[in-house]
Order: sequence, then structure tokens, then C-alpha cells
Amino acid sequence: MMTIRLQREDFDLADEIAALTRGRTDIGAVASFTGICRGDDQMAAMTLEHYPGMAEAEVARHVEEAQARWPLLGVTVIHRYGRLVPGDNIVLVVTAAAHREPAFAAAEFLMDYLKTRAPFWKKEERAESVQWVAPKGTDDAAAGRWTGSAPRRDAAE
Amino acid sequence: MAPARVIAYLAGMKLIYFAWVRERVGKPEEDVDPPAGITTVGELVTWLAGRGEEYAYAFENAKVIRAAIDHTHVRADAHIAGAREIAFFPPMTGG
Repeated sequence: MMTIRLQREDFDLADEIAALTRGRTDIGAVASFTGICRGDDQMAAMTLEHYPGMAEAEVARHVEEAQARWPLLGVTVIHRYGRLVPGDNIVLVVTAAAHREPAFAAAEFLMDYLKTRAPFWKKEERAESVQWVAPKGTDDAAAGRWTGSAPRRDAAE
Repeated sequence: MAPARVIAYLAGMKLIYFAWVRERVGKPEEDVDPPAGITTVGELVTWLAGRGEEYAYAFENAKVIRAAIDHTHVRADAHIAGAREIAFFPPMTGG
């Protein structure tokens, strides 16, 4: 079971886990990751822009890859877009499996790829400035550990 | 029956921009008809950069610009023949 949603609205972790596991007796492990908007450096708000159509397709490709790598019994990915303030949820990944190892690993794999390959862009608002977030090398390195090499940042050279 | 590639060409090519690429170009999308000699994404970027100040600014550092053809990530050497929608955007910062 695969659920992918891109939405402005908030999500509820408990509801999503319940939807994934309801009526099932084969699931023995559920792992989840929730990304939350931080308010450090006096950030007032962030706006998340996405590429409709491609964002869904790219997330689906990576969920399919996770399903090929690990024996998963369910995956839910929700990514919000629009304007968010500190404390707001940004992203949710829930993975279900018979045992904990594939659930943990697949959740981490999906988050690493969402950071570097899913077409979303963050713009941060502060009192004195509004600026697009620069990519982090540590995110490339995190995604690269699943393939043995970091994905290219210089795609259009 | 005309091949699909010819139909796609006649229908025009849509370019779509995101984040600061969109802000610098000054529009979210447009239809273009590049010259016949423009065959790859990299050549398209060079051609776009010569279309005016706003394009020169958006594409001034071509190395950081990412591209997708019809919703799939591509590299600069990807061929654009048959593309319906080509997107240009900065490195992604979701999650």
C-alpha cells in the first residue's frame, strides 16, 4: 500500500499510522519521521514551492525503489507546500513492515532522497531578509550513502 | 501517420521555471521555439541566457541549474527532441 499526498493542509501522525495498519495483522513494525519547521535564526516563516506533477512522480519513484529494496507492507509520504511557520509540520514518512529493520531503513532512505531529489524549494522569511535556502552538502552525502556516491549537484554543466 | 516527435514539435515546447530561476526570469512558464541547432538541454540553457538580461541573470551560473524533461531529472547532455515540458530550477531543498 502506497499513499503519497502533497498538500497545503496539516497532517496527523496518529491518523496516518491508523490508516496504514487498520485491519492488518501482518504488520509488526511501523517507523515514522516527521519534519518540523524550526524557528532558529529568527526565522518568521518559510514558503515551500513545489513542481506539481513531477513532485508526485519523483516521490512515487523513490517509494517504488524503497519497496524493491526492503520487504515493506505499507508506505505513506505526505509533503506540505505553501507558507509554514515555526512549529508547523512539513513532511511525514511512515513505513510499515513485518520487522523493524526494513521499516527504519526505508524511512531514512526516503527522507534522504526527499531532501535532494524531490522538486521542492524552501524560501525563508526573516525580519531583514527573504531568501531561498541553499542546498546542504551533508544532505547530498546522506543520499549518496545509499548508492556509494553522492548525486551530482552540477547537473547542467 | 506523423511520428509522435513531429506532433510534439508542432505543439510547441513549454518551459517552466521554479524558485529563484522563476523569480529571475520574471515568469513561471512560457512557450518557446528554439532554433533547429539547439538539440540538448545544455545548448538550450546557453540559448536562453542570450535572450535578455533577466535570462542572463537566471542562467549566469549554469552549473547549479537543474533540469527535468517531462517530469524526469536530466543532465545537460540530454536531448530535447520530443520534449513537451522542460523545467529549470535550483538544487532542491525539500524534506
